[in-house]
Amino acid sequence: MKELRDKRVIRGLLSEIEKRTRELPSSPRIMEVCGTHTMTVHRYGLKNMLEKVGVEMVSGPGCPVCITPNEIHEAAIELVTENENFILTTFGDMTRVPTRKSSLQKAVPAAGSMVKIVYSPRESLEIAGSNPEKQVVFFGVGFEATIPGIALTLREAFEKSLANFSILSALWIIPPPLRAIVEAKEIALDGFLYPGHVSAIIGEKPYQFIAEEYGIPGAITGFEPSDILLGIFSILNQIKDGNATVSNEYSRVVRASGNPKALAVMEEMLETKDSYWRGLGLIPQSGLKIKKEYSAHDAEIRFNLSIKGGSGDLPGCRCGEVLQGLISPPQCPLFVEKCNPDSPYGPCMVSFEGACFVYYKYNPTIKNEL
Amino acid sequence: MCLGIPAKVVQIDKSNLGKVDYLGTKVKTNFELLDNLKVGDWVIVHAGFAISKLDEEEARETFSILREMAKNEAQANKNKEREKQSNRQKG
Repeated sequence: MKELRDKRVIRGLLSEIEKRTRELPSSPRIMEVCGTHTMTVHRYGLKNMLEKVGVEMVSGPGCPVCITPNEIHEAAIELVTENENFILTTFGDMTRVPTRKSSLQKAVPAAGSMVKIVYSPRESLEIAGSNPEKQVVFFGVGFEATIPGIALTLREAFEKSLANFSILSALWIIPPPLRAIVEAKEIALDGFLYPGHVSAIIGEKPYQFIAEEYGIPGAITGFEPSDILLGIFSILNQIKDGNATVSNEYSRVVRASGNPKALAVMEEMLETKDSYWRGLGLIPQSGLKIKKEYSAHDAEIRFNLSIKGGSGDLPGCRCGEVLQGLISPPQCPLFVEKCNPDSPYGPCMVSFEGACFVYYKYNPTIKNEL
Repeated sequence: MCLGIPAKVVQIDKSNLGKVDYLGTKVKTNFELLDNLKVGDWVIVHAGFAISKLDEEEARETFSILREMAKNEAQANKNKEREKQSNRQKG
């Protein structure tokens, strides 16, 4: 697998990419949809290398921690601060998101309550099993790569009638916000790098509308530097040929029709709904919720939560614009001085896949300034 | 957070639970989303669930395309070098 990070391979790909961009009237702008792609683009210095050969990379909405509106984070904080004997489990990044009501990490839980970080949703079931006197809520956030695991966890809880377990869900589907970004026409894009592991679940078809309706090329891509460049090379070939498609450059992991077992369990346990995304607003059919049959394990229903709107961003935070590729993190006045990984002001600086965090971490000039 | 590096299945039981070896660390994994897995297979794991089995033939194909890219680049550089030298000799 050494080819994936081999310098000679990377140089070879960059020179092929340059040959293509020279034939174009202007630099193509490509959005890497996935936060982990943003990480690869910056970690290996590809951002600057690509700029030199005439490709502009912009970050997209692919950070689930970031796009979850503050209202849902605040509902989780309320649950654990206002209910006694309560365990809220969630992924590590989620505990650090600052909201108008502090963060899960800083908020003081009610008596006998706590926040517990888990690696996998299933750990929450074990916690619920060994704490029968407490309510356990898994605050589950994720895109299609994470959702099947959450759906399986939900099914297991239902089958075992685990009465003290429920899920506060923040589940997001990737294709609808891409349509929203294209439709908004605030940024012109010449191509999309589609997320590798979301695609392992959903396959190629759900992106077809971007090629067919909008004529924008795209490539499903893996997470190594050569993967990213191969995806970009494919997009440039599509531009050259005037033939927008969804090419699969991650065929070692992604099957054309995705993962049928994962899709089946998602369909069995969950249904689509209109959802608010940070920055992008209300997007039709862009989220998933727990089906009525399983509502005993739906924290929103069990604890009678009314989660509203999507206007709860902290004043001055421009994470919402970063998530649409409208600004790059250094264009936010808070970046570095008022918002950094040690003291994040907004979610894009919290998550390891948040564009602001990635820009900060892999930009050597920032460290020199401090 | 997506982990792009595949993990190797080292243990799998009848209820589709087991462990993978991820860069030397054994990690509890649920294999319910995949069929016909066996010890030794390479998988992509996401939040404790194996979501895709690595297709080794497809992997080999991609790697050979990548090696070809490196070879072309090396050849192009050699040609440039030769051109320079012959220009110098002419000069």
